[in-house]
Amino acid sequence: MEILVCVKRVPDTAENEIEVKSDGTDIERDDLVYSVNEWDNYAVEEAIQIRDKIGGSVTVVTVGDEESEEVVRREMAMGADKGVLLSDEAFDGSDGKGLATILKAEIEKGNYDLVLTGAMADDGAAQVGGMLAAMLDWPYASVVNTIEVLDDKKIKVGREIEGGNQEMNEIDLPCVLSIQTGINEPRYVGIRGIRKVAAIEIPVHGAADLGISSESVGRGGAKVKRVDYFVPDLGEGAEILEGSMDEITEKLIELLKAKGGIK
Amino acid sequence: MAQQLFAYIGHKNGIADDPALELITAAKKIYADAAITAIITGSGADLAAVGNELASSYAEVWKVENEACAYPNGEVIRSLLVNILPPDAIILFAHDTFGMDLAPGLSIKLDSAFVSDAVDIKGVDGTTLTVIRQEYSGMASTHVHADISNGAVITCRPGSFQPDESKSANGQIVDKSAAAGDLSAKRRFLEVVEAEAGDVDITKSDVLVSVGRGVEDQENIEIAEELADAIGAVVSCSRPIVDAKWLEKARQVGTSGKTVKPKVYIALGISGSFQHMGGLKGSPFIVAVNKNPKAPIFQLADVGVVQDLLEFVPALTEKIKEG
Repeated sequence: MEILVCVKRVPDTAENEIEVKSDGTDIERDDLVYSVNEWDNYAVEEAIQIRDKIGGSVTVVTVGDEESEEVVRREMAMGADKGVLLSDEAFDGSDGKGLATILKAEIEKGNYDLVLTGAMADDGAAQVGGMLAAMLDWPYASVVNTIEVLDDKKIKVGREIEGGNQEMNEIDLPCVLSIQTGINEPRYVGIRGIRKVAAIEIPVHGAADLGISSESVGRGGAKVKRVDYFVPDLGEGAEILEGSMDEITEKLIELLKAKGGIK
Repeated sequence: MAQQLFAYIGHKNGIADDPALELITAAKKIYADAAITAIITGSGADLAAVGNELASSYAEVWKVENEACAYPNGEVIRSLLVNILPPDAIILFAHDTFGMDLAPGLSIKLDSAFVSDAVDIKGVDGTTLTVIRQEYSGMASTHVHADISNGAVITCRPGSFQPDESKSANGQIVDKSAAAGDLSAKRRFLEVVEAEAGDVDITKSDVLVSVGRGVEDQENIEIAEELADAIGAVVSCSRPIVDAKWLEKARQVGTSGKTVKPKVYIALGISGSFQHMGGLKGSPFIVAVNKNPKAPIFQLADVGVVQDLLEFVPALTEKIKEG
């Protein structure tokens, strides 16, 4: 099975405190630790496991600047066979539809049976996979937490739905799936793994290579634009307990007793 | 003339999902005086019951009745919506696992703007709609401008818009079944597998000690268990703990886990994403312990402690035991 996995380089929210710049134009990006989007890592692991079981290849693709190459390389160190970076100034400021347009052009150059994305990324929109499927006229399933290959025409997928229940579906190939965390246990990538793929050349495809008109992508092509970042005024929030460890624990125990939290 | 507003309403067992009345409020924030049309799909007596329920709140209720819609398969319902919606329509969905499945692709098929997971709507100026969303797990908010000249598909975060309880619409039910078109799809629904019951039922406990990513290591789960033992609570958790397989799925609080209604909820190292908080009902007294003072949980908690839980919680447990 020929599998393509779409990944994104994002600020790692587990490693960073995200702060909004005072002028609201962006978040503070100095000193941010970046990594591959958590959901994408599960998608790559799943693709590798399918390939190892039934054969085929795994290609990892991202849309971004030259710094995004590091996440492609990292996923190749995990075991992906090929990597591609889609990069062009014309892509800057693309909305979800713009990103799907770019990815679609790359997909149509190949012969893929299965395209995976993470269920969501740093902007929480959870949109590119569904848009991509609609553009390709392929079936789509979101928040997928199990995949079983039935034959070369169809697969069985579980979707994680509300209440921890799972919705089982049969879906024809080729298709696009967005992958939920927890579907597998992504393998660890050590420094030696990264070194092994350090010298591999990762091809870069731009708008001209992909046959994309620059009006359909980028800031100009976007129907949806982020205007600013801000910190919402959500009222007072929690009463923050301060003082020495002794004082805080004492105060908290008092509160818990009053609210019935200590039996 | 203002564009026509629609809200797709999901339902179970003949009852509309909670966001049914929230989407009215969201739609009125786009055009205050617009008549809003609900769209429902399904079959049989359940569909009829939901239609009657919604007619008191929506000016019109469009229903599509077909056995192929008995279970809401996003692939089937996307294609029928393309067939029945007028050009330039603005359609709202709840941002749940059905809305996420169907809505992005629908915007492509309709060639309209897509805005995901709106938490507030600021209104329309010309053809520009302003919406508020969040990024980075709720750590930053943004204003988003959408060009709605060719319509829009918008998913709204459940719980973010006040339900419109006025029930003053006295609306008409319109049968659109004949316009639905071909309902075969390349994705076929098979069954729903119910979540497994775990060793403990976290929904039965008045006091929950809940652990999140901040616990850092499987061994540290003990710290939460010891606190729970000391105060007579049960241990629950957020999604990353289940993903890491440190605790069983039955202990997960959130929209993709269990909905709980404790009296007291002690959140240890939980950032407070809406998916997690969506599983917490009944306004419990919330205590948050997190070393990141910017964690969204501090906006939602009653009491906060900005400390590393690995140091703070053992000290707290010790003190409680001393009694």
